[in-house]
Formats: sequence, structure tokens, C-alpha cells
Amino acid sequence: MGFVTELLIAVFLVISGVFGLVGSYGLIKLKDSVQRLHGPTKATTLGVGGVLIASMIYFFAQNGQLSVHELLITLFLFLTAPITANFIAKTYVARHLRPRDLPDSTSEYGWSVYDDPPETIRDE
Amino acid sequence: MIRYLIPHPLLSLTLVLVWLGLVNTVTVGNLVLAVLFGLVLPIFTKAYWPDRPKLGNPFKAIEYVLVVLWDIVVANVEVAMIILFKPEREIRSQWVPVPLDLTSAEAITVLAGTITMTPGTVSATLSADGRSILVHCLHTDDPAALRDGIKSRYERRLMEIFQ
Repeated sequence: MGFVTELLIAVFLVISGVFGLVGSYGLIKLKDSVQRLHGPTKATTLGVGGVLIASMIYFFAQNGQLSVHELLITLFLFLTAPITANFIAKTYVARHLRPRDLPDSTSEYGWSVYDDPPETIRDE
Repeated sequence: MIRYLIPHPLLSLTLVLVWLGLVNTVTVGNLVLAVLFGLVLPIFTKAYWPDRPKLGNPFKAIEYVLVVLWDIVVANVEVAMIILFKPEREIRSQWVPVPLDLTSAEAITVLAGTITMTPGTVSATLSADGRSILVHCLHTDDPAALRDGIKSRYERRLMEIFQ
């Protein structure tokens, strides 16, 4: 493995380490649950992304063939992480906020945490 | 009949590719197994996904992915700066309602996922009729600009992809 390849791998590992650390520090520093939610969404994007890119470069240099496992991990993360964040945010809204704490929904119906959906689904 | 047996051709294709990616080697045996999964799983999950979404322009989807990846990198740095250097009392978090022009459930799901994955914003909930989405922003002085940014950057592209 050449010097440039090793340097590239090291750079990506350091980037991901730094963003993972900052994301975790955000968990301590920020003051309520929704604010803290912003920390982990960062750790899962650039933090994990950096490790995955470094891993792809490493195995390409080592075996000479592209490994697709890293792309799959990215795909699975992008499918699952938003859903978890969304559930936590929704629970926070339901448990800690009242309708008047939130801005108006700008449509005829309120936010779905408090309001029932319309009786008949609109025809598309 | 074909519609009954293959309710979601794109899902079937994705499952085949994901399976081949997981085993990481393409052999005839793996391909047969992959196609089997691709055919059987969509039939079992059909009840939970009744309509077939229309993809207007698949090439726009590639552009969309690149735009989102770039935004993720930029926003990561911005949020890291806020966490590291902004005193806690100066962080002004806000709830921002964003009215939606998208109507397809799949498109709204992708938009909500995009908003959450770009650091600095988390999508929390929809209005009861699905016409607007509630976004929590870690720090902003100009909620209107944030709303217009989401609409012009992501929603406009999703409209082109899904309609």
C-alpha cells in the first residue's frame, strides 16, 4: 500500500473521529431532548461516512476489488436513522409540548400529534 | 396477473441488488436466491404498501442524492461550529412549519428523511392532513429562509422525480 493511500485512509478516519466526538459532545452541551437529537444525526452522517469511505479505500488497495458492504451500510443507515429521530421528536412533542408551544401548521388541520386526520382521505 | 405477482418491480430489483451486495460475490446460486427474495418478499409486504409510486424521472434522483450528500457535508461543519463555539444561551432553536406541495406519501417520506439527515434540522411531525411538516432547527435567525431553502432545494427536485 502506497504512502498516498495510507494518508488518504488516515485523513478520512480522523475526519470521522472528529465529527463523532463533536456529535457526542453536543449530547452533553445542548439543553433539551430535541436539541440533543441534532448531535447523533451528525455522528451517523459524516462520522460513520468517513469510516466507510476509509474502509472502501483500504479494501480496494488491499484486494483490488470494490467492496459494496460499505454502500449497503450507508443505505441501511439512511433508511433507519431518520425514523428513530422522527419517533423521538414525536414523543417529545407529545409528552412535553402543548399545541400553543408550536407554530401554527399553516393548513386547516393541526399537527398530527394532537389532531385526528380528516375523516375521508382526499382524492388525489 | 403480472401486477399481482410483481407488485413493486423497483422493490424487487432493489432486493436483488441488496442481496448480491450482502454476499459480495455474484454466482448463479446467489442470483437464484436473490431473485427468489425479490419475487417473494414484495408479495408478502404488498398489504402494507398498496399503491405503486410513479417515478417520473429516475436520472433526477441521482442529482438529488448528490445535492443531499453535498449539503450533509456543509451542514455537518456548520453544526459542529455551533456546538463547539456558540455559547449555550445564544443558540436559538426554533420550530419551523413548512407547507408542502408534495402529495405522494413516498415523496413526503423521502423529504422528511432528507431533512433529518442534513444536520441542523430534524423533521418532527406532519399536520393531520399531511399538508405541512414541522421542522426543528438547531439554530437559525431567519426561519423564512430555511423554509424557502427546503422548498426550493429539496421539494422542487422531489416533485420532478415523483410526478
